Amino acid sequence: MTGDNAIEVRGLRNQFGDHVVHDDLDLDLRRGEILGVVGGSGTGKSVLLRSIVGLNQTRHGDIRVLGQNIGSLTSAEREALERRWGVMFQDGALFSSLTVRENVEVPLRAVRDLSDSDRIGLAELKVAMAGLPPNANDKYPSELSGGMRKRAGLARALALDPEILFLDEPTAGLDPIGADAFDRLIVELRDALNLSVFLVTHDLDTLHTCCDRIAVLAEKKVLATGTMSEMLAIDHPWVHEYFHGPRARAAMTPDHEDA
Amino acid sequence: MLRFASRPRGTTLTTPATIRNPEDATLDQTQDGDLLRLGGALLVWTLPQLPRDLPTRIGLGDLDRMDTAGAWYLARARQAGTQLEGLSDSHARLIETVAQSVAPPERGAIPDARWHNILERTGKRVVGALGYFHELAEFLGRFLAAWLRALRHPSEFRLTSLVYHCQETGLRAVPIVFVMSFLIGVVLAFQGAAQLRQFGAEVFVVDLIAIAVLRELGILLTAIIVAGRTASALTASIGSMKMREEIDAMRTLGMDPDMVLILPRVLALLVTLPILGLLADLAGLTGGALMSWIVLDISPSMFLTRLGEVDVSHAIAGLVKAPVFAVIIGVIGCHAGMQVGRDAESLGRMTSSAVVNAIFAVIIADAIFSIVFSEMGI
Repeated sequence: MTGDNAIEVRGLRNQFGDHVVHDDLDLDLRRGEILGVVGGSGTGKSVLLRSIVGLNQTRHGDIRVLGQNIGSLTSAEREALERRWGVMFQDGALFSSLTVRENVEVPLRAVRDLSDSDRIGLAELKVAMAGLPPNANDKYPSELSGGMRKRAGLARALALDPEILFLDEPTAGLDPIGADAFDRLIVELRDALNLSVFLVTHDLDTLHTCCDRIAVLAEKKVLATGTMSEMLAIDHPWVHEYFHGPRARAAMTPDHEDA
Repeated sequence: MLRFASRPRGTTLTTPATIRNPEDATLDQTQDGDLLRLGGALLVWTLPQLPRDLPTRIGLGDLDRMDTAGAWYLARARQAGTQLEGLSDSHARLIETVAQSVAPPERGAIPDARWHNILERTGKRVVGALGYFHELAEFLGRFLAAWLRALRHPSEFRLTSLVYHCQETGLRAVPIVFVMSFLIGVVLAFQGAAQLRQFGAEVFVVDLIAIAVLRELGILLTAIIVAGRTASALTASIGSMKMREEIDAMRTLGMDPDMVLILPRVLALLVTLPILGLLADLAGLTGGALMSWIVLDISPSMFLTRLGEVDVSHAIAGLVKAPVFAVIIGVIGCHAGMQVGRDAESLGRMTSSAVVNAIFAVIIADAIFSIVFSEMGI
């Protein structure tokens, strides 16, 4: 195994009762890249994400994150590893009884001896970097719009400067302008913080604007990985339909190229 | 939108693979005159080791790793006039990026405003409480208006819904109301017997039980039980509909929520609470009679004879309160349901506050009834 991959999944099998979701699935996330994971509903995109971060018990297979095998970690090693990744859930998954700043402070509380003013300052920095205005700091999640909740969730995921960022449907439910801004934010953060990003999405525009590589989940495994242009050349019915459908053509019109 | 310093693809800022646990990262500091040399890793984990008082110069030539927390420290140090020396390009870019996101320090010292805050909070609470009474009055009005409309246009009235809610709030509450009231009768007889025996006035235990149960305890405890059961159920059912915009959908379909939701629920309470109160009276008297028989040897027939001498006005004074309690519980429950917002948290908050407010309001109303009845000499 090489040191260039942030995540390596080999021979993964996930099964719920009789229902096999993944079988013999291989996937790599390279350091510093944004990998978009796509697939139809029920192909287990979110299950794959949850398996990698250890929220799902897998049946078979190896998952190595930053060179460490997820399955064979002691709880202390796991805790250390969890500080090197950040996860943004679909609707932000913010703690509803805490304000946005307090939500971002939660992971920072793991840092021993960090003074209150430093913790608050760093939390506000992350909130600003996620593109939220300063007055969002003291708001509760229920007072925020969907897009702002996602940004706040991103700020919390970035709190400890992780090396890997997991994003579950970051643009679902956002208006096109908000989604576009979020896409650019992800690229900017990746460039500034040298993140490796694992991005589950349905959004063709997102794939087009920010992903370096795309992995297509179908038939219980990763059917293909590659750049957008490589995807266009693949001759699988679902992949073809996905990347050549009317929505795909709209996402790839020239004025998008300049964006 | 924030602008970030761009970085050519493929360059790496850090060499992380060597450190497995970021918590174990080390930061080396050497003081050299007014120059503080930093080496190793300047991360959020090593941030607390840095001096509180900013040095005039910081040397960064030996630094291999830096994250946004480190960049934040350096950006603020630079803002305060510290010179940063030996900065690598990638680290400089990160500091630029972070500096653009650092909020300008406008946060002045917060003045000591404790008294001001207490006064402000008290004022807000008082206004809030007055507003609450105003809203409850509005709900009462909406209920009465819906009722009048139902009387004028009986076809709009939902009988099935009324019957269903009568079953839910009435029939299903019968066992708990019955058992509770029976036990209250038992307790009264037992305690009353112990006290009255000292004066040889055991037989007055019947009057004690009859007046206490018929006038106060039967209906009050029934109302409290129903407030606990039904007010929470009303808030939860209406609130979850409110949460999922079902009530807005209803309005767009030309259905009046007052008519469809509030009227049958409050009316069901109005029908069933007096019946439950009557049942509670009977159960309380039965319990009292049983216990008198066991402890004081007052036979059931003797109990009945004594009971006949108790004025019927006590029973009436008790049951007259039932419809008032019913409306209080119903209006508070429905109002709380309508106040639920879009989040699940507010549903839980409103449900518990509906129960507390309903029980509290029932007890206050009972106290007012006591005063009014005693003034009227009933």
